[in-house]
Amino acid sequence: MKPRIAVFKFASCDGCQLQFLNAEDELLTLASLVEFAYFTEARSRALDGPYDIAFVEGSITTPDDARRIIEVRERTRYLVTIGACATAGGIQALRNWSEVEQYKRVVYPSPEFISTLSTSTPISEHVKVDFELWGCPIDKHQLIDVVRSLLSRAKPALPGHSVCMECKRRGNVCVVVARGEPCLGPVTRTGCGALCPAYDRGCYGCFGPADDANMEAFTRLMASQGITGMDAVRRLRSINGYVRPWRETADAIAKNQNQND
Amino acid sequence: MPSRRTKTRTINVSNLARVEGEGALHIRLRGGEISELKLEIFEPPRFFEAFLRGRDSREAPDLNARICGICPVAYQMSTVHAFERLYGITIDPAVRALRRLYYCGEWIESHALHIHMLSAPDFMGCDSVITLAEKDRAAVERGLRIKQLGNAIVAKLGGRSVHPVGACIGGFTRVPRREELAELREALMRERDDALECVRWVARFDLPAVERDIEFVSLRHPDEYPMNEGRIVSSRGIDAAQDEFDAWFEESQVPYSNALHSKIKARGAYFVGPLARINLNFDRLGTEVQSAARQTQIAWPSSNPYTSIVARALEVLYAIEEALRIIDTYEPPSAPAAKFELRAGTGCAITEAPRGALYHAYETDERGVIRSARIVPPTSQNQARIEADLRELIPQLIERSHVEATRACEMAIRNYDPCISCSTHFLRLEIER
Repeated sequence: MKPRIAVFKFASCDGCQLQFLNAEDELLTLASLVEFAYFTEARSRALDGPYDIAFVEGSITTPDDARRIIEVRERTRYLVTIGACATAGGIQALRNWSEVEQYKRVVYPSPEFISTLSTSTPISEHVKVDFELWGCPIDKHQLIDVVRSLLSRAKPALPGHSVCMECKRRGNVCVVVARGEPCLGPVTRTGCGALCPAYDRGCYGCFGPADDANMEAFTRLMASQGITGMDAVRRLRSINGYVRPWRETADAIAKNQNQND
Repeated sequence: MPSRRTKTRTINVSNLARVEGEGALHIRLRGGEISELKLEIFEPPRFFEAFLRGRDSREAPDLNARICGICPVAYQMSTVHAFERLYGITIDPAVRALRRLYYCGEWIESHALHIHMLSAPDFMGCDSVITLAEKDRAAVERGLRIKQLGNAIVAKLGGRSVHPVGACIGGFTRVPRREELAELREALMRERDDALECVRWVARFDLPAVERDIEFVSLRHPDEYPMNEGRIVSSRGIDAAQDEFDAWFEESQVPYSNALHSKIKARGAYFVGPLARINLNFDRLGTEVQSAARQTQIAWPSSNPYTSIVARALEVLYAIEEALRIIDTYEPPSAPAAKFELRAGTGCAITEAPRGALYHAYETDERGVIRSARIVPPTSQNQARIEADLRELIPQLIERSHVEATRACEMAIRNYDPCISCSTHFLRLEIER
């Protein structure tokens, strides 16, 4: 029997699961190797679990979703989070530093109709996650790589070093050294192909922290470029802002700033 | 299974499939009359308009892209145009042409996805593109090629197709050389034939023949098919500047949905998207696309929402022709982006997302920090119109099984290619009868 794959969505933009459909060259081959037992965006028939692999997109932001992810885990052998929302809480985790009640009032005339949690949290804060695929969006080649590993019963492995390594290999001119532009590349995980520097701009951290991110040195680098205080905080508190090394660094800078004010 | 003899019947579609995002449909019938109909959007809110407050306006194109993985270019385009109005920036004509090319890429990619993967399976009696490929592999492969071309255009300008990185206020961070764009030419020529074949393919589908009383709304430009610029026009006489949006349209909230409903003041529901654009801008399509449109045997303008799939295929053909034109006449701009000064002010813009008009409005302080943001996505605007279509459809479904009723409702909803992630929210059909 073909391995049964499920794709679940929580709070997200659909861009990561779209990468399955964006694998135009591989999609029909993939479909001959696995059964998409549950994939609402692509298939109207939904088959019940258990599933061999579940790909989970999106973060947990509602009481219902906090219950649903536990059911997903119970029906799944191998759970892979896809993307910044599922792996780090996503851009919507900016609420974690604010008052969600106030957020509701900003967007909705009748905030009382809206049921939402005060935080947006990654899947790993709710259930055991077997593998995390980073990126906003995830890279489709990395996605295919992970599927291929799992189909051959190998543990997926992806590099965790910084974007800088990839950037050098690509032959980009360093935007920090040559142009003095802010760039999160030194503390960001590789995976995008060092895209932003290749488009003449600094990295903004789509793939989250690199395994060995040296936040102390990076904070000094930002300071040497004149990026301090809330400006530095804002750069770290973005798409992957809620993930630990960036969160802790940004929180420490913010605390310092408040004491100085 | 509720029996036909009971006075009330409920139909619940608890998870609308093959739409982007999460929603449900709840219908209650009493004695054959609809007593309640709710298109519920339960996709959790992500509060973009709230967390944008306090962010630097220059971050907005990257942040807003994250509203939607299928149409990030649309979010970037409405964002940059709104801020360019706010900061008083004039755009180089070459940059303007590149932005049009960028949008062509997204229309092609998003429409090819909807036609082949989300909508066509309905007309071919399949549950997904994968089973559709078993029936008509050539059509699916053709669709994948078209989609791949759209993605390649976006990636050419922005590095990748989902959340591309190059667009910024004032232009792009980097613009391509002539020869880089010329690399797209061969694929464009090939896919022009595919797109024409795709128009013929969808025009042969057994589209339900209905006529609905619809007000269509789109942008209209003095001499182009609308994308990034134009006045707001409607099939019932609206002709307004973009900054008059609030004078004509209003948003309201309903308890069952996390998306706001948008209506024309005093008149109510309206329709945005490819069918609205074709109906209101047929004369701007160019002779090739017009001739392909006439060959479909559909009378344009069309007030049948099921012809949306044909409108989408025609726009794919248009976007390919337009992309070819832009590539062939391209001369790189003197600078990738215009310089500008941050300042306090307000600015709004509407651009034509694949699913229809997308309105953004912002206010900044003197440092260019966002003080307020408003975003009205196409699906919010179509929501009332979708409910109106369902009200007309449902009385004909009363005798049908739950499976058939669900399928018919979902097809009616898919005409709008709803992007629930954008409007915050897909379909669970609940019919109480």
